[in-house]
Amino acid sequence: MIKAILIDDEPLARSIVMEYLQAFPEITIAQECDDGFEGVKAIAQHKPDLIFLDIQMPKINGFEMLELIEQPPAVIFTTAFDEYAIKAFESRAIDYLLKPFSKERFEKAIQKWLQQRNQTETKANTQTLLTEEVRQPEERNRIVVKEGSNIRIIPVHEIHYIEAYDDYVKIFTQKEMFLKKKTMSFYEQSLDPAQFVRVHRSYIIHLQQLTKIEPLEKETYLALLRSGVKVPLSKSGYAKLKVVLGL
Amino acid sequence: MNLSSPSTTRKIASAGVAGWLTLVIVEAYVLVSTFNFSWTIAFADAVNMNLLLGTAGYITFIFLRYYQPSPKNAAYLLVWCVALAFLCTQAHGYLMRWNLFPEEQAYHAYLKDSNLVRGLLLWLMISLIGVISWIWFYLQEQRAGEKREHDTAKLAREAELSSLRQQLQPHFLFNSLNSISALAGSKPEEARKMIQQLSDFLRGTIKKDDQQLVPLQDELKHLQLYLDIEKVRFGHRLRTIVEQAEESGSMKLPALLLQPVVENAIKFGLYDTTDAITIRIETLARDNQLIIRIENPFDPKTSQPRQGTGFGLTSVQRRLYLLYARNDLLSTREIDNMFITEIKIPQPA
Repeated sequence: MIKAILIDDEPLARSIVMEYLQAFPEITIAQECDDGFEGVKAIAQHKPDLIFLDIQMPKINGFEMLELIEQPPAVIFTTAFDEYAIKAFESRAIDYLLKPFSKERFEKAIQKWLQQRNQTETKANTQTLLTEEVRQPEERNRIVVKEGSNIRIIPVHEIHYIEAYDDYVKIFTQKEMFLKKKTMSFYEQSLDPAQFVRVHRSYIIHLQQLTKIEPLEKETYLALLRSGVKVPLSKSGYAKLKVVLGL
Repeated sequence: MNLSSPSTTRKIASAGVAGWLTLVIVEAYVLVSTFNFSWTIAFADAVNMNLLLGTAGYITFIFLRYYQPSPKNAAYLLVWCVALAFLCTQAHGYLMRWNLFPEEQAYHAYLKDSNLVRGLLLWLMISLIGVISWIWFYLQEQRAGEKREHDTAKLAREAELSSLRQQLQPHFLFNSLNSISALAGSKPEEARKMIQQLSDFLRGTIKKDDQQLVPLQDELKHLQLYLDIEKVRFGHRLRTIVEQAEESGSMKLPALLLQPVVENAIKFGLYDTTDAITIRIETLARDNQLIIRIENPFDPKTSQPRQGTGFGLTSVQRRLYLLYARNDLLSTREIDNMFITEIKIPQPA
């Protein structure tokens, strides 16, 4: 028995997947979800082997939803947006179905997955889906985080700085701090480099928040943020900062 | 060849200087070998005459830059050249005879005898410079005109393309086709109906001209097709209310103006909340203006100005500006959880 979950905000788009799945009696749909919030809950509850995932959905999109799941299952994207295909494959998706897709195309995607699954323990494949950096389809302008059972959307302009914390990063805003299981280099790459600079192995700062650079000792510097927080600059971080600021 | 590039200008200038120097040397040599004048006199004569010629030529060049006679008025140019040649001859004689070499009798005689020939020669040279300048500026003008025309055509094409893109959202089209594909298996009758609606909608979109004014009731009929398709796609999540004031029905507005605004409202509403939403479209007539209000719910907490809001509306605003030369016809405001877009269309008096 294979458990699958179907996440798409259009009921008819879900019904066509259900219809095509009749050819695979071994796959059962544990739940149909209207949006990413439901999807996160359903995945935690059912621990499915496979999810069918739309990209443009209410509140958080498919990529953002994946970021919230610790051990994501295999993913087949179903979407009308062909501009996301590359990103989807970068995220190690099994396949990418462009709506409207035919029954044959759908079956091919499932076969591909079944084969991969039999050949190896594809757990490895699915785990890398998220530890391997899932990039945003467009310029990242918000970060989605999980806070207990709540999902919070942080616009990037509210971020003051980001600090490394073991396997996590701490994201600091005016009043709050959020934990997210991501690497520093992920944010270094996905945030706008004109606004966010990695000034240290453990720190990325938002340039808008920077008020002053002050020397600490010989050849070492501190960045002073608006909020009063002081962030150490590494040698290369200081050099990068000077370039971005045009000094 | 680019006629106005600095390197071309420099080349032409140096060719001019070289030509001028050659003229001076040849003339001086002729004077020495034919009339046995001293080299001093010969060079003074040649330099002076060619300086005058250069000045006259330069004046002609500048004159033609700012005023280019049409071929019909070419006679003015002729008169101008004759006058300049006459002035130059007189000035040359005056300067040479009274100021530089008052004692040289033989030279004086030569000056007197050569007046006519000298005048003719000057006239020819000035005319030559005039004609070349005239052609030069004419060509430049023409090239600039061609470039302007080319740029204008390109702009117009781009505008047309972008307006097409805006009317026919590929995502809308593909998602609708996907819905039809789903219905085709389970409810063929409904699939057929949706194909009909989609066809009617597309036909209406293609047929209409951007500049055309249509009665509100026609535009709303077209919009209804769009709304019906979206309702099939989003099922229970999307409700629409259209309230039309009776007297507004026959008022006119630019064709296909409302659909992008409503599309924007639907996207904004549907993707910013997870609940069922209602889009309200209200039309009324006030002060000889057609007013259309479109309301969609949104979540003020998470809704930083999403790209969706701005983009669709900017192009509508731009279109209204192009048609009415006014920037105040489209406005938006937020009341609690409602985002309201208001469009005013002035009616002809």
